[in-house]
Amino acid sequence: MTLIDTRTPDPKRFIAGTTDDWEIIIGLEVHAQVTSKSKLFSGASTEFGAEPNANVSLVDAAMPGMLPVINEECVAQAVRTGLGLNAQINLRSVFDRKNYFYPDLPQGYQISQFKDPIVGEGIVTVSVGPDKQGNFEDIEIGVERLHLEQDAGKSMHDQHPTMSFVDLNRTGVALMEIVSKPDLRSADEAKAYITKLRTILRYLGTCDGNMDEGSMRADVNVSVRKPGGDFGTRCEIKNVNSIRFIGQAIESEARRQIAILEDGGTIDQETRLFDPAKGETRSMRSKEDAHDYRYFPDPDLLPLEFSQAYVDQLKSDLPELPDAKRSRFIGEGLSAYDASILVSEKAIADFFEQVAEGRDSKTAANWVINNLLGKLNETSQEIEDTPVSPDQVGGIIDLIKEGTISGKIAKDLFDIIWEEGGDPAEIVESRGMKQVTDTGAIEAAVDEVIAANPDKAEQAKEKPNLAGWFVGQVMKASGGKANPQAVQELVKQKLGIE
Amino acid sequence: MSVDIDTVKRVAKLARLAVTDERAERMQGELNAILGFVEQLNEVDVDGVEPMTSVVEMEMRKRADVVTDGNKAAEIVSNAPASEDNFFMVPKVIE
Repeated sequence: MTLIDTRTPDPKRFIAGTTDDWEIIIGLEVHAQVTSKSKLFSGASTEFGAEPNANVSLVDAAMPGMLPVINEECVAQAVRTGLGLNAQINLRSVFDRKNYFYPDLPQGYQISQFKDPIVGEGIVTVSVGPDKQGNFEDIEIGVERLHLEQDAGKSMHDQHPTMSFVDLNRTGVALMEIVSKPDLRSADEAKAYITKLRTILRYLGTCDGNMDEGSMRADVNVSVRKPGGDFGTRCEIKNVNSIRFIGQAIESEARRQIAILEDGGTIDQETRLFDPAKGETRSMRSKEDAHDYRYFPDPDLLPLEFSQAYVDQLKSDLPELPDAKRSRFIGEGLSAYDASILVSEKAIADFFEQVAEGRDSKTAANWVINNLLGKLNETSQEIEDTPVSPDQVGGIIDLIKEGTISGKIAKDLFDIIWEEGGDPAEIVESRGMKQVTDTGAIEAAVDEVIAANPDKAEQAKEKPNLAGWFVGQVMKASGGKANPQAVQELVKQKLGIE
Repeated sequence: MSVDIDTVKRVAKLARLAVTDERAERMQGELNAILGFVEQLNEVDVDGVEPMTSVVEMEMRKRADVVTDGNKAAEIVSNAPASEDNFFMVPKVIE
C-alpha cells in the first residue's frame, strides 16, 4: 500500500523532544465483533460468557472434513458498516487463509480477506476538541478497507503451572477489521476517531462496541517524524482494549521512539504490547517469520458475490447516522456543542427527541444534558439505566412553561422523580410545590423584607444592583415557590428602581 | 522459479513440519518439479480469460443467522490429549 499524506503539518499537534519538534503518525486497525446470533462460518452461538467450549461446533474445532458455510447476516452487517463509513462496497470479494499456528486457532489458519476485501476506501469525519478557545475542529480520516474474518479463541495462562487452558467459544465469531489510513496525528485524534467509529457501529447495530467484553479492540501503528518529513519506521501495538489505553499507548510509544531517534538510534519495526499498569509499551516477541502468513484463497469458499440492488436495499434500511442527526438538531436550533453531546449515543438522541416532541428543543436539550446526563454521570449510570422517563422530563418542562413551578423547584421535582418516580403534576399538587403567582402574597413578602432591612433599601436607590439581594431574600422566604419574575418586578417597584 | 534448501526448511518450519536434511533435499527436488510444472502452465496465454474459481457455475451458499449447533463441550474436547473442565490443555504458550 502506498502511503499518501493527506494532512497538513500543524504546529499545534507537534510534540517537543529534547532537541526538536516531532509529529506523530498513527493508523488504527480496529477489530469489531459483528453483532450476529451465530458465528461467521458455523451455527454455534456467539453469546458472551458461556461455559468453556459450549459455543463450539465441529467446524470451529476444525475437525477434519468440516466445511465452512457463510452466515448471510454477517455479510449484511459488513455491508451496512461500509455504507455507514461512506465506503466503496465491493460486489465481489474473496476469502483467504492466513496461515499461522497458535492453540486458540485449531484450523492452523484464520479465514480472512486479503487481496479483495468486502469494503474498500471510506471516510470518517471526526470532531476533535475543544481547544483552549473552546473550538472544535472537524477532520476527515480515511478508511483504507474493511474485511470480514474469524476471531480466535481464548487462552488462559494462570490456571496451571505448566499448561495453558484453551476455550474456543470465541473461535469463528465474525469480526470486521477496519483499517484506517495513517491520517491520525495525535493521541486525541486517535481517541476521537475510535469513539466516532464506535458510535457509528452502535447506531448501525453492527457491533455493540462493548470494549470490556472485547467486542472492540485496536492494533495501533505509531511512528514519528520531523514535521513534514518522510514517514518513519512504525511499531505496531497489539490488541489495546480501551479508548483511554489507546491514548496512553500512543503517547508513551511516541516518547520512546523520539528518545531513541534523538539519541542517534534507529527504530526497529516490531510488534509491541501496551502494559496498562506501567503505562508503557514493551517488545512482544521476536517475530522473524511472523509476518509470513502465506495467504492464499480458501478453496472451501467460493467468492462472495452480491448485487448492487442488494446493497441499495440495505442502504435504504439504514438508520439516521450521527452526523446527519447532528446536522438536523443544529437546524432545529441547537448549538453544535449540544447537538454533538446528544448524538454521541443513539439512546440519548432518542430520549431527547421524545422530550422535544411538541416542546422547545433548546429547553429539552438543556434538561437532557444538564439534568439527566449530569445525574447519570454523577451516579455512574448509563442512559439505559435512567429511572426518569422522557415523559416525566417533558412533564416537568411543561409545568415550568405553564408557570406552575419555578426553575429551581423543577430541579427539586426532578430529584424527587429520580428517587421515587411518579407523575410530575401530581407530585407538585400533593406536595404543595406550586409557584406562588398571587401578587398579594408576594407583595406582602417583599414588604416584609424591605421593612426588616431599611438600610439596604436606602442604599438600593443609589445602587440598583442590590435589588438582586432583595429578590434572593424573598425567594428564600417563599421556599423557592414565588414566581421569580413577579418578585423582581415588585422589588424594583417597591424600592423605586427603574 | 526454483527453491533452495533454506527455503524448503523455512517453509517446513512455518508449517510446523520436522524435516531431516535428507528429506529436505528430496522435498527440494519434488517442490522444484511442481514449480516447473506451474511455470509451464504460465506459458499459456490467458489474456482476457476470467479466472475460474469453480468448475460449476454457482454462487456461494449462505446460511441464515440461527444458532443450530454447540452445547457439546465434552464431545469437542474428547479427542484432546489433555483437558480439564472442558477446557483444552496445551503446553504453556506464553513467554
